[in-house]
Amino acid sequence: MKKKNSYLRAIGAVAWKDLAAELRSRELLSAMLVFSLLVILIFNFALELDIKTRDAVTSGVLWVTFVFAGTLGLNRSMAIEKDRGCLDGLLLAPVDRSAIYFGKAISNLAFMLIVEIIILPAYSVLYNTNLFQPGLLLVILLGSIGYAAVGTLLSAMSVQTRTRDVMLPILLFPVIVPVLITAVKASGGYLQNLPFDQILPWLNLLVVYDVIFIAISFMVFDYVVEE
Amino acid sequence: MIKVRKLVKRFGLKTVLRGMDFSVDDGEFVALIGPNGAGKTTFLRILASLARPSMGAVNVAGFQLPKDAADVRRRLGVVSHQPLLYVDLTATENLKFYGRMYNLPDVDTRINEVLEMVGLASRRDDLVRTYSRGMQQRLAIGRAVLHDPSVMLFDEPYTGLDQDASTMLDEVLRTVAARGRTVVMTSHDLARTEDLATRFDVLSRGKIAASATHEDFGSGNLLSFYKGVLEEGKKQ
Repeated sequence: MKKKNSYLRAIGAVAWKDLAAELRSRELLSAMLVFSLLVILIFNFALELDIKTRDAVTSGVLWVTFVFAGTLGLNRSMAIEKDRGCLDGLLLAPVDRSAIYFGKAISNLAFMLIVEIIILPAYSVLYNTNLFQPGLLLVILLGSIGYAAVGTLLSAMSVQTRTRDVMLPILLFPVIVPVLITAVKASGGYLQNLPFDQILPWLNLLVVYDVIFIAISFMVFDYVVEE
Repeated sequence: MIKVRKLVKRFGLKTVLRGMDFSVDDGEFVALIGPNGAGKTTFLRILASLARPSMGAVNVAGFQLPKDAADVRRRLGVVSHQPLLYVDLTATENLKFYGRMYNLPDVDTRINEVLEMVGLASRRDDLVRTYSRGMQQRLAIGRAVLHDPSVMLFDEPYTGLDQDASTMLDEVLRTVAARGRTVVMTSHDLARTEDLATRFDVLSRGKIAASATHEDFGSGNLLSFYKGVLEEGKKQ
């Protein structure tokens, strides 16, 4: 019981530390937000959309925005740990290292969700479409969980390399493809008002991918961070 | 307190530590000196459980590495040339964070004690990014002793400090970090090292080439002892 408590306390400490530091500096969130707004603005001008086309492409535009903004956030989040040796400070703590992984994954997820909460209304206004549907919001949450789960693991790996900014997308995008495809398909289903039984298989797949990616990351994080 | 037998560490094809033997008794302050690339930092990282040995046995405070890494880490404090602190948090927030990571009871009282010890109580609510390098290093010592470890590892703690800051750090290392603890320190600052340590091991080409105490080479002669050992190594 005591061990379980210290494990949960460590997860909470890592997530709290990231959020507290970010709320003060706002380096990571501002970069993610500016980038996301620019992307949806560019798409808005580039695509001359009628209502039918708009519903078809919205999910793609949204996920491209989230994924690239998320990569910025993941890179920065792990770089902060590496640059002043703080990653060593974390690894020296007498807790199971998966607690560090979960703490970082939770803060990375929180950053993504904050950006998404701001981007969704902006997108709704620019594209004159309603994105506030419970089903769509669930898909965005599940997709973001999968993205943060794999992204946190791979950013811990790429941050050890000299070319970390380039390395993360190269490692991450091929691995994250299953989550992205299912998230885009499920989001598209909700936006095009498809019947629920046509969306359900994509939702199920998304949940399965999330569970698999979290389980794999939990098992291998220790080996990724140790020399 | 620390026992290392036939330690080998390889990075790919490069062998950094070549069957190194090393031991430190309880309460001893051992300085590990050697040229750049000798493997000092790699060795300390293995003792700190941040790197895995390729071969050999490493025992710290009665626990085997890497098997009992969490038990070793609980008894270990590390001060390196990097402060391991978050610059966008205050000193108190940094220590509170580490206190939670070490699951310390009554962490607020302990933080007060530690800040007093390292002389930063008056700056406790300032962001670490506003601290000078010397103050950051003192706070780093506070972070390292927060959980009252029995073994301390110092990896080049004077790097980047001016004379005044180094002198102040000397005092904090002696009175706060080293007192009553077992210490292994690496440093290129031989004058300060000679002043602090009780035993001096020269690490050269991945092995301990020589080991001596003050009595063996006489006061103020660490540099000539060190040079002699390296010259001897080159001849072989």
